[in-house]
Amino acid sequence: MLNKVNREIPDDILKEKNYKPFETTEIGNPETTYVAHQVRVSQGDDKLVDSIPEVIEKTGLKNGMTISFHHHFREGDFVFNMVMQEIINEGFQDLTLAPSSLTNVMNDMVIKAIKAGTITHITSSGMRGSLGDFISHGGLKDPVVLRSHGNRARSIENGDIKIDVAFLGVPNSDPVGNANAIHGDAVFGSMGYSLMDAKYADKVVLLTDTIMPYPNTPASIEQTQVDYVVKVAKVGDPDKIGSGATRFTKDPKELKIAEMVNQVITHSQYFKDGFSFQTGSGGAALAVSRYLRKSMIEKNIKASFALGGITKPTVDLLEEGLVNKILDVQDFDKGAAASMANNENQQEIDSSWYADPYNKGAAVNQLDVCILSALEIDTKFNVNVMTGSDGVLRGAIGGHQDAANAKLTIISAPLVRGRIATVVNDVTTVVTPGDSIDVLVTEIGVAINPKRKDLIEALKNVPGVPVYTIEELQKRAEAIVGKPEPLEFTDRPVALIEYRDGSLIDTVYQVKD
Amino acid sequence: MERLRRTMMFVPGNNPAMIKDAGIYGADSIMFDLEDSVSLTEKDTARMLVFEALQNVDYGNSELVVRINGLDTDMGRADIFAMVKAGVEVIRLPKTETPEDVIETEKVIAEAEKFFGIENGRTHMMAAIESAEGVLNAPLIAKASDRLIGIALGAEDYVTMMKTHRYPDGAELSFARNMILHGARAAGIAAFDTVYSDVDNTEGFNHEVEIIHELGFDGKSVINPRQIPLVNAIYAPSEKEIRNAKDVLNAIEEAHKKGSGVISLRGKMVDKPVVARAQRTMALAKASHLVDEEGNLYAE
Amino acid sequence: MEIKHTALAGTLESSDIQFTLSKGTGVEINLDSQVEKQFGKQIKKVITDLLSEYGIENVNVRAVDKGALDCTIKARLIAAIQRATDTQNQPNWEVLG
Repeated sequence: MLNKVNREIPDDILKEKNYKPFETTEIGNPETTYVAHQVRVSQGDDKLVDSIPEVIEKTGLKNGMTISFHHHFREGDFVFNMVMQEIINEGFQDLTLAPSSLTNVMNDMVIKAIKAGTITHITSSGMRGSLGDFISHGGLKDPVVLRSHGNRARSIENGDIKIDVAFLGVPNSDPVGNANAIHGDAVFGSMGYSLMDAKYADKVVLLTDTIMPYPNTPASIEQTQVDYVVKVAKVGDPDKIGSGATRFTKDPKELKIAEMVNQVITHSQYFKDGFSFQTGSGGAALAVSRYLRKSMIEKNIKASFALGGITKPTVDLLEEGLVNKILDVQDFDKGAAASMANNENQQEIDSSWYADPYNKGAAVNQLDVCILSALEIDTKFNVNVMTGSDGVLRGAIGGHQDAANAKLTIISAPLVRGRIATVVNDVTTVVTPGDSIDVLVTEIGVAINPKRKDLIEALKNVPGVPVYTIEELQKRAEAIVGKPEPLEFTDRPVALIEYRDGSLIDTVYQVKD
Repeated sequence: MERLRRTMMFVPGNNPAMIKDAGIYGADSIMFDLEDSVSLTEKDTARMLVFEALQNVDYGNSELVVRINGLDTDMGRADIFAMVKAGVEVIRLPKTETPEDVIETEKVIAEAEKFFGIENGRTHMMAAIESAEGVLNAPLIAKASDRLIGIALGAEDYVTMMKTHRYPDGAELSFARNMILHGARAAGIAAFDTVYSDVDNTEGFNHEVEIIHELGFDGKSVINPRQIPLVNAIYAPSEKEIRNAKDVLNAIEEAHKKGSGVISLRGKMVDKPVVARAQRTMALAKASHLVDEEGNLYAE
Repeated sequence: MEIKHTALAGTLESSDIQFTLSKGTGVEINLDSQVEKQFGKQIKKVITDLLSEYGIENVNVRAVDKGALDCTIKARLIAAIQRATDTQNQPNWEVLG
C-alpha cells in the first residue's frame, strides 16, 4: 500500500514484520510499556576476564541471539573487529547485529560474518562503503532495518530490539565496570549511544585498554549495569576517532550556504535570547556556528543550549558564554571530547534523552533551530540521507528524523554535486518526511515549505537570501545537470527505513546492474 | 546607466568545477582566464572549455569577460576567434603596453565578427596594464578604441619591474593607480584595481579595497569568491548617502514635472556629475540590498 | 576526418572528464563514469554526435568521467579531436558553429 509520503510499502512486509505504514510526524501521547532485562547477580569480584573468547563463553552467547556495539570510536574502532572475528571463529550462527551504527572500518568484518552465516539480521542507523554496496546487491537475505538514534532508543525500550549481549568498548573502566569516555588514550567524550545498551542489554561486556582503580568516577556506565570487563591491548586509534582540530571550511560554496543559513536563522522569530540549536558536523554546518557567533554577539543574544553531535566550535561558544549548556550525545572532535571532562555545563545525554519519540519528553522536543544535511531533497521537501543517486546504501539516518522535530528545521545542501542534482522531483529513498522540513538553503537561494507562511513572510526581504519555490530550485538543478535516467531496482527489498515511531516510511530495493 | 563593476572574479580557464560554479557568487563581472593561470600545454583545452561554458552555463546577470593570450603568441588569434564566436561580452588584453596593442587586437576582433557574421562592434574590450610603459601610456590606451569598457591594473609583474613588491599601504602602486584612474576617467570608461592574492588576510584585503574605493576605482579584481562580499560591503553606500541621493533624484523628478530645465535642491543647483553620482549611489544601494525596487531603505 | 595519433585531453579532477582518442576501426567507446547509471546513455550520445559532426568514423574513445556536465564533455572531446588531428589552433568553425 501507499503510505503518507506516497511510497509503496509491500503488503507482505507489513504483515510478516508487523509494521504499520508511516502516517504522520505527530507523535501524540500514546502509552507504552518498557521491557526489563535479565540480571545475573554478581558481587563484583568475578567481573574481570582475561580474554575475548573467555568472556564470550561467560555471556552464554547462543545462535540466534542479538549482539550490539556502539560506533563512538568511528573510523578508529578496534573493538568491533576484535570481538566479531572471535564470534565468527567460534562458529556462531544466525545472530542479529544491532549496533548504534556501522562505520567503514567495520565493513569487511560484517561482510565476512554475513558470508559465514554468523550474522543473518542487521539493524543499524546506517551503512556505507563496501558494506552498503554488498547489502544493496542482495548480500543479506533479510532486509536490514534502519532506524534513527531516537528510534533505536525507543526500540530498545519497548523490546523491538532485544539485546542479549552488548560489547561496549570504553577508554577506561575499573574492575567492576565504572567507565567513562573522557580519560584514557581513546577518549571520545559523550558515551550517549552506548548508554542505552548498558541499561537494557541482558549481558553487558566492557572492553578497555585502561583499568582504573576502584571507584572510577565520573561513571557514565555504572558498575550496576556491567557483567564483565575485559582488558585488551588497544580499543581504538585516537587519530581516527575524531578529527584532531575541526577546521572551518574554506570552500566558497559551503561558506555561501552557511552564510545564508545564518541569515535564515537570524531573520526567523526563533532568534532571540534563550534560543537553542543543533548544527551537526558537515562543512557548511560548522561554518554556520561561526556566522551565528557573530550575529549573537552583534544582537546580544545568548543560546540556552546546543544539542546533538558536538564539535569544538560549539564548545567555544559555551566557553565564551554565548551558549549556556550543551546537551551532548556524541563528540566529533578531540576538542569537544576533552571539554566534556572539564566543563560541567556540557551534559552527557543518552540517545533516549536526546531524541527518543516514546519517552516522557526528549531534548529534540525543546529544540528551536536545527541544521541538517541531505543527499537529496524533493519538491515535497522529503529528504534522503541514506541512498546515493545510484540507489546504493551509503549513509545513516543518525538523528536526522529526530532533530527535524525542531521548530525551524533547515536543510543545507548544494543544488548539485558534480553531475548529481540534490534537489529532485522525488527522492530515491524517503528518510525524513517533508512535513518536518521548513527551509532548504542552497548556494543560489532558499526554498520555504509552503505550509510555513510565517517564514515566507519573515524571509521575503532578507539581503542576500533569494527565495525560490522548491519546484524552481529543482528545475534550476535539472537545467545544470540534465535529466537522469530512472534507476533500476529488482523487486527484492534489501533495507527497511523506519520512521522514528517505528512505522515504515520507505523500502530500499536491490539495485540492478 | 553604466553597469556596476565592483568585482571582477578571475576564474582559471582550465578548471571545469570552478567554471561551472562561477555564477553563484554574485560577481559583477566574471573573467575567465586563458592566459597566466593556464599552463602552456593546456591552452587549447582551456580555450574549448571556456568556449563551451560561455554558451551553455547560466551566469545570471554577471558580465562575462575572457582574458586571452596576447597576439604575440600563437594562441592569441585562435582565442579571439573562439571567444567572439562564443559571444563573450568583453575580451581582455593582457600586458597592454601601447595604444597600438589595442588597435591590433581590435582588428582581429572585427575580423572575427565579420567571419562569423556577427554585428561589428558587439564584442567589447578591456585592457590590462601591467608594465611601466603601459602605465605611462594609460591615457592613450584608454582612448584607443570605442570598444573599450575599461582598463585594469595588473600589479604582479609591474611591481617586480619597478624593483619593489607589494606593501600594505599601497604606496608602490599609487602612481600606477592614479594614472590608470585618470586615463579611464578621461576616456569615460571603467577603472579596475589589481588582485590581492593573500585570500586569508581579510584585514589586508579590506584595507586595500578601502584605498581604491576612496581613489574612485569602479572595482577590484578578485581571485576568490570569498573576497566578493568584502568588496561589496565597502562599496555599499551609507544611509546618509542613500537619503541624499534620493533627494537629488526626487528633485530631478520635481523639475521634470514643472518642466523646468534647472534642477535645484536646498537652494543649490544640481549639476550633471551630482545626478550621475546619485544614480550610482542608488544602483549600489540596490545591489547591496539596502533599498527595495522603489529605492526605499529596508532599514526604515 | 582521420585520427593521426593518440591524443589525450581533460583531467581526472571532479567535474572533469578525460578523453583518450586513438586510431581504430569503426567507432568504439569505452566509458567509465561515476554517473554511468543515470547519465551513461546521454554521455555516449554527446560523444557519438560530436564524432559524427567531425566526420570521424574510425576511432577508439576511452573516457573517464568524474561527473562532467555536457558542455565540459563536449569541450574536452573537441580538444582531444583537435589534438589527435593536429588542429589545436585551427578550430573547425563549421562544426563549432
